[in-house]
Amino acid sequence: MSERKIRVLVAKPGLDGHDRGAKVIAAALRDAGMEVIYTGLHQTPEKIAATALQEDVDVVALSILSGAHMTLFPRVLRLMTENGMDDVLLTGGGIIPSEDIEALQEQGVGQLFGPGTTTGEAVAYISRWFEESGRGVEA
Amino acid sequence: MSHVLDREAAEALQAEVERRRAELAELEARLSGWTAAYEATSKRDDTDFTTVSGRVIAPLYTPADTREDEYLRDIGLPGEYPFTRGPYQTMYRTRLWTMRLFSGFATAEETNERYKFLLERGQTGLSVAFDFPTLMGYDSDDPMSEGEVGKCGVAISSLADMETLFDGIPLDRVSVSMTINGPAIMLYCFLLATAEKQGVPFERVRGTIQNDILKEYMAQHAWIYPPEPALKIITDIFEWSAEHAPRFNTISISGYHIREAGATAGQELAYTLKNGFTYVERGIARGLDVDEFAPRLSFFWDVHNDFFEEIAKFRAGRRIWARHMREVYGAQKPESWRLRTHAQTAGVTLTAQQPYNNVARVAYQGLAAVLGGTQSLHTNALDETLALPTEHAVRIALRTQQILAYETGVANTIDPLAGSYFVESLTDQLEDEAEAIFAEIDELGGVVPGIETGYFQGRIARSARRFQDELEAGSRVVVGVNAFEEADEDHGVEILRIDESAGETQRRRLAELRSRRNAEEVTRALADLADAARNDQNLLPPMLDAVRAYATLGEIRVALEDVYGRFKEPISF
Repeated sequence: MSERKIRVLVAKPGLDGHDRGAKVIAAALRDAGMEVIYTGLHQTPEKIAATALQEDVDVVALSILSGAHMTLFPRVLRLMTENGMDDVLLTGGGIIPSEDIEALQEQGVGQLFGPGTTTGEAVAYISRWFEESGRGVEA
Repeated sequence: MSHVLDREAAEALQAEVERRRAELAELEARLSGWTAAYEATSKRDDTDFTTVSGRVIAPLYTPADTREDEYLRDIGLPGEYPFTRGPYQTMYRTRLWTMRLFSGFATAEETNERYKFLLERGQTGLSVAFDFPTLMGYDSDDPMSEGEVGKCGVAISSLADMETLFDGIPLDRVSVSMTINGPAIMLYCFLLATAEKQGVPFERVRGTIQNDILKEYMAQHAWIYPPEPALKIITDIFEWSAEHAPRFNTISISGYHIREAGATAGQELAYTLKNGFTYVERGIARGLDVDEFAPRLSFFWDVHNDFFEEIAKFRAGRRIWARHMREVYGAQKPESWRLRTHAQTAGVTLTAQQPYNNVARVAYQGLAAVLGGTQSLHTNALDETLALPTEHAVRIALRTQQILAYETGVANTIDPLAGSYFVESLTDQLEDEAEAIFAEIDELGGVVPGIETGYFQGRIARSARRFQDELEAGSRVVVGVNAFEEADEDHGVEILRIDESAGETQRRRLAELRSRRNAEEVTRALADLADAARNDQNLLPPMLDAVRAYATLGEIRVALEDVYGRFKEPISF
């Protein structure tokens, strides 16, 4: 159905320098035909939201392995909402306990992926969300 | 000696040579028959018989695969050049490896209590884990630090926090290892000034700072300044410490993070040693005598899943370091040639699926580190892929080492795998691979241009991607992840949770500190430090003065950032 490419911002918020996962995911999403922008390390939530807006992305994917997910996900989500990106998916992955995943999903964050996830699962999730959102058709 | 004896000896030697030659010829003939039979037989289809680094492994190794007649040149004896068999003469017969597990969390008070608990139970050294803000040179009350204070380690923002961390812990008796890189010089000064307050002179302070900035650009990414000023600061530390703190290990040149980020065993080995050579070159260029600072350099290897390749990596690393230090850099002292190392089991191999299986992974990896001849070892806890470890999980990790040391008997003899056709061949292969990578780096103009152009980062990311592709294609089996999965899994492992109170405590404490200290003195000390940086002077003395005036970590970082700028990472994936 969707003609245009899905645009994804892969971002590393905070001071955490573990970018192996972020880079593997970014490369896999690109190889799956998506347009991927990778922010690089040490981004503030404000910077991430601004980049998402400017790049007009469909999806923001955060990678957090520092334990700061309960601070950073809600902050990015709030900034996205404030900037009129209610219809943009916020997803991500990292070392995130399952209770925290549930709590974040209740706040409106999408699916979050832990260690052992295949890149295929992430690609499938984002593609399905994009189909269902109808964003591809509008554009 | 008579001519008769000489002739007899010569004849005997000739006969021996001929016998060996005939034996080798027969071996080769029989090997080709064996190979034909092997080729004709069906093989398992669940593996391609490569290491996790992609190295092709032969089905059989024989004397035909080794440089056996070069025993003294390539292998030798432990404690002797080229140190293939170990850095010390008597190894674990005299002293077991140090079982060093690193820890730190929340505030300085809480970590201080944990340290005292560990010391009371017989631990003799401490290993400090810092939180992300500290690792990046940010104060706990910086907006960038929000949500991260005390999460992955202890928060240290000033000399006051360091004094609390080591309250009641004498710094001349307890050796302190600090995993710190970008702001290593600041934390080193905090430690030295704390010793000073305890009445311990600098020359009696023992410990280690990781201080390996090159691998930060390549892999771990806790950098601050660009490579050139960062290397200048490290050389300042070498220079100042050789004179004032000679018992302190000024750097731990680390392959760990390079490997964890995705590098192969050969890349870990080559990049790390090349970083080491770069530090040596900077020291020599400063006019330091290589034998003055080289004995204080130490290493830190990852110990990953492929058992024999890892053992060979430790052995090859010692040989390469010794050869280069003696032959390329002209070091005269054996202490400058010998590579001493810490090792840690590979965090990246732990699985969140069926996490109790991680105990077995850690045990095999720990065994490889010991057979490789490590000087100290950190064994990971089974739950570290889920969160920071609980005390219970850490205890199992420590007990794993004790079982290795006292029950398995592997520490009874030195370098027990020497002479294995396979292990010696792998050791030679890793040495050759490292030399080839050194040549490639030299082509780029060295390590710094390689970092600036993203060469290392790109290579590492490519290796990480290859592994992930193999995993997803099923050609690389990871138990519990892509094979032998449990449906409906509830791992049942307790998770350690760190609350947000450390951040609040730290913010309050920093506000008190800022109001209590002499602001003028702080401003002046920071200005002096920036001047020293502009004039290219050794930064240790003005840094110590700033620290004594209770300038904070973040203030010192910013003062130098104004002079040096910040590193900008080349982005690629």
